[in-house]
Amino acid sequence: MTDTTTPGMVIVGAGHCGGRAAQALREAGWTGTIHLIGMERHLPYERPPLSKELLTGEKTAGACQLRSAQALIDDGVRLHTQRVSALDTARRCITLANGQVLPYHRLLLATGGSARCLDIPGADLPEVLTLRTVDDALLLSQRLGAGRHLLVVGGGFIGLEVAASARRAGMAVTLVEGAPRLLGRAVPADIAARAQALHQAHGVDLRLGVLPTAIVPRQPGGVRVQLNDGSHVDADTVLVGIGMKPATALAHAAGLTVAQGIVVDAGLRTSAPEVFAAGDVAEFPGPLSGLPIRQETWFNAETQARVAAHNMVGGHEVVHQPPWFWSDQYDHQLQVCGEPAMGTHTVVRELGDGDRIAFHLDAQERLVGMSAWGLAPRCLKEVKLARLLVERRINARPADLHDPAVKLKALAASTAVLT
Amino acid sequence: MNHWTDVCALDAIDDEDVLRFDHAGKTYAVYRVEDRVYATDGLCTHEKIHLADGLVMDHVIECPKHNGRFDIRDGRALGAPVCVNLRTWPARVHEGQVQIQLEAAGPHD
Repeated sequence: MTDTTTPGMVIVGAGHCGGRAAQALREAGWTGTIHLIGMERHLPYERPPLSKELLTGEKTAGACQLRSAQALIDDGVRLHTQRVSALDTARRCITLANGQVLPYHRLLLATGGSARCLDIPGADLPEVLTLRTVDDALLLSQRLGAGRHLLVVGGGFIGLEVAASARRAGMAVTLVEGAPRLLGRAVPADIAARAQALHQAHGVDLRLGVLPTAIVPRQPGGVRVQLNDGSHVDADTVLVGIGMKPATALAHAAGLTVAQGIVVDAGLRTSAPEVFAAGDVAEFPGPLSGLPIRQETWFNAETQARVAAHNMVGGHEVVHQPPWFWSDQYDHQLQVCGEPAMGTHTVVRELGDGDRIAFHLDAQERLVGMSAWGLAPRCLKEVKLARLLVERRINARPADLHDPAVKLKALAASTAVLT
Repeated sequence: MNHWTDVCALDAIDDEDVLRFDHAGKTYAVYRVEDRVYATDGLCTHEKIHLADGLVMDHVIECPKHNGRFDIRDGRALGAPVCVNLRTWPARVHEGQVQIQLEAAGPHD
């Protein structure tokens, strides 16, 4: 029988971050109750395979699980598949949709978010999908296959990864992106151009600077998507990958400070006592810039889960590692580390055969980030070293960053650390 | 017993680096740190990625895919996402050659 009277650790959101936080609480020595509350029928899982191996059938939904069911049982994690209807920070409890009240000792909000949808006529047709959850991926995978046509809306990471997966499945793919280039501001233009060339080489029909205006059913199945340049695309399935909306409603209703996400300090504390937030939903001070940022990445879920758990048991950790993410497309990998937005210019290191690392430097020539693109795994060792330079705040000379004859490993071992 | 399999010349592995070694249908990762050598199974216990594509820093190998880290001396998994230890194999330098001792090695090789 679940003890619901003694305040325990309560985690709202049973995704990667919430699931890992439950584990980290045990590792940090918490022996009391842990409630983990999610709305999906799946145990906590990792998201990277959802746009790739789960779509192509190389992985099952079970293989995406963060931990086994047994590991959750062994840790005594009490999983609730329920919506949370209210948070009362004065009484320090949450109320589930079934009326159950759970008092908390510490609360973690790891609520993630939901996929943004198109706001045009026909956006609610059954052929129009988004990709955020395992169930979304399973639904999309059923619609992928040779001889069919996929229209991807959005040239960001999800859209491009799905496009690559669909091409691997032998499907015709058209991708439309409203901006004049792929990958937005997250990635330097020359790397975005390489990604574009790779997709085109793999047969994706890329249309930049074009937006859908309406989607209409087409007989005997599929849809016709009208574009704002007057053309149209007929497709069996439309995948909309235009970002996500952080799930801040619960926090907002409870009076917590919310901006682009739930606002937290470097220790992931929200504006309410004993309430923490982590993962996709948390807006936290960038470790390099101190400016508020939000990260929707595997690495962020992983690292923030641990920081939050430590602080929930009385620790004083801060998020100090620079942001990092990767994206796998065909046989290539893109990686970004640090806060490239702080940079005023880049220094490029060519790794050969088109692989490259762009180092982002600020006006004082301090290294604030790196973006890399190359064939995996060929480039990964060098890219990892580049990331180490950013993590260690190494103050290398731009000429050394540029020159492939200067070993990154030697630079990474240097002690000239930014202050 | 006491059967050693040749991998490569010591000079073929840079200091603080790792080499992939495929033998008898299995893949191994062979490491050099200063003038000592170590050997482990070649695939990360998390997602079956070749560790030889990863980075050796000190006595730690980091998987290139998800940063799973292992101590190459004893195969210990150093925290999530890896929780299963990596199998290690005896390794040595003999007359300038890196050798590893694999169990079930055939009697004639």
